[in-house]
Amino acid sequence: MTTVLPNTLRNGPDGRGRFGEFGGRFVAETLMPLILELEAAYEAAKADPSFQAELDYYLKHYVGRPSALWHAERLSRELGGAKIYFKRDELNHTGAHKINNCLGQILLAKRMGKTRIIAETGAGQHGVATATVCALFGLPCTVYMGAVDVERQKPNVFRMKLLGAEVVPVSSGAGTLKDAMNDAMRDWVANVQDTFYIIGTAAGPHPYPAMVRDFQCVIGEEAKAQMLEAEGRLPDVAVAAIGGGSNAIGLFHPFLDDTSVRLIGVEAAGHGLDSNEHAASLSRGRPGVLHGNRTYLLQDDDGQILEAHSISAGLDYPGIGPEHSWLHDIGRVEYVAATDKEALAAFQLCTRTEGIIPALEPSHALAHVTKIAPKMSKDEIILMNLCGRGDKDIFSVAKHLGVEL
Amino acid sequence: MSRIAGVFAGLKTQGRAALIPFVEAYDPNRETSLALLRGMAENGADIIEIGMPFTDPMADGPTIQAAGRRGLLAGASLHGVLGLVEEFRRTNNHTPLVLMGYLNPILSYGVEKFCADAARLGVDGLIVVDLPTEEADLLLPDAGKNGLDVIRLVAPTTSDARLPLVLEGSSGFVYYVSITGITGTRTASAADLARDIPRIRAATSLPIAVGFGVRTPEQAAVVAQHADAAIVASALIETLQRENVDAVLRDVKALSAGVRGARQKAA
Repeated sequence: MTTVLPNTLRNGPDGRGRFGEFGGRFVAETLMPLILELEAAYEAAKADPSFQAELDYYLKHYVGRPSALWHAERLSRELGGAKIYFKRDELNHTGAHKINNCLGQILLAKRMGKTRIIAETGAGQHGVATATVCALFGLPCTVYMGAVDVERQKPNVFRMKLLGAEVVPVSSGAGTLKDAMNDAMRDWVANVQDTFYIIGTAAGPHPYPAMVRDFQCVIGEEAKAQMLEAEGRLPDVAVAAIGGGSNAIGLFHPFLDDTSVRLIGVEAAGHGLDSNEHAASLSRGRPGVLHGNRTYLLQDDDGQILEAHSISAGLDYPGIGPEHSWLHDIGRVEYVAATDKEALAAFQLCTRTEGIIPALEPSHALAHVTKIAPKMSKDEIILMNLCGRGDKDIFSVAKHLGVEL
Repeated sequence: MSRIAGVFAGLKTQGRAALIPFVEAYDPNRETSLALLRGMAENGADIIEIGMPFTDPMADGPTIQAAGRRGLLAGASLHGVLGLVEEFRRTNNHTPLVLMGYLNPILSYGVEKFCADAARLGVDGLIVVDLPTEEADLLLPDAGKNGLDVIRLVAPTTSDARLPLVLEGSSGFVYYVSITGITGTRTASAADLARDIPRIRAATSLPIAVGFGVRTPEQAAVVAQHADAAIVASALIETLQRENVDAVLRDVKALSAGVRGARQKAA
């Protein structure tokens, strides 16, 4: 008997860790054996039902999953078009989707017998989530953070320290997320025996992009089931913000084969796509290699990496997860951009109409929702990932609004 | 025979190891780099390694990171690095030059064009730090077509089982990253080398160079007793920062004496 396999976009990556021509394992030889060991350990964990059961336990009882699906009725009315739903991953413990991935990786680290955890962080959300799971499991934790970000994200730095993490300010380069990632990699190279590197986004050398995606897919899987329960059908559009792209791939991946669902990723346009101060790697970058993977990057004519800019420190990264690069090239996901100003306006709109203070990251997704919803009919549905809460952002929002706290 | 193979064949008859000093291109400007290349070749460098500055040098320690930043500020680009090689070759046709750097600027230049231009202008070998054997098919065909040696990194983490795979397609010499860590930090001991080098010898007939953490003439001599070449980078960059070109050449001369004296002392 022959069975015709359904045509699926969910099979990636291939054996070399590639999504089309993107992804791969571009690391120094010192790290290569570790990457291979990690891949083997992750494959074994994936095949072990007890690993998934353990992860499910923590996601339910510690993180508080499933997160709610919320019909944003007043916002929908205000925009006067499509019916808007929020997947409320800002309700997770630690206030963002980052914890989904951190739990998965730390359980894997324990399974591999690693005794020390390192991480990089931009806004500090991934750093806080990593420090949190390290406190939970009693493992020492070192977080690399750009010196500039340490300065502008003081509350998160203090949180990490309270949680017992050592925060190392990185002053090389521009002192932001990409430099923090460089230094985390350098730490890993120097401490290969005992250290596990918890990467925060769906980027880096294989198997990280696939592994982080898998741990974040809980977002899309829950949303799909919740949407079917609430509406008896799938949404017409699903929207998520993109920095490295982990919340977006987590939302999109379970919908990739549902061709009726339009998928839209929203990059940070900063001061504008033509301003040279943005973080829109897909809209304005070109393919290259950084941090272990081939993907779209902001770079100059000589292949030197450019600094990204966004009001949201969590989107402030000159690259993007390789699977997004592939989904961009094959046209399955549309990638658009929202400026700092548009995100700020959406931030305020959401707060006022729904009583939810969103993080600046999903405020970018919401900014795009405010552009498309009015043009859609009332029986059409938009699903948006509200991937983080905005408490961490009130200081920078106040500053941009000219308010002194 | 390539220039690199020629140098190692010659040294074998002399019974000594090679000294490979490092110059970060354009640190802090083009003239300094050219003066260093010429001066090193006259003061005991057997092969010279040229660093191609990159914004995100993940395998490098603070010293080479800072040197790369200074190079970029001075306007370094791959075109500029190749121009430097071209000018050096006008007066020196015998000292092998190896370019060391990261993949992205090469991809941006175009792999095919880069290999052709590099070979034509006088480059002998390439070390691309973030191109492990698993991804090397991106570079090997064009490098081979143009007669460029692709020099592979071998690390303490590289298992015996993995060695043949890592060495597949490599030529010129093998670069042994003697510590698990970044450039210019820790130093491998004589006992480490006595344990590690034979392991690599068993897997290849290529000469073995040791780098990462080799700083003094004494350390270079220890390396020379076990391996076929000592690579010195961060220590020379620091000397340049602290003093000047002449001081770097003084150090190169001392390192060269260390390497040259090593086997006599051992014998």
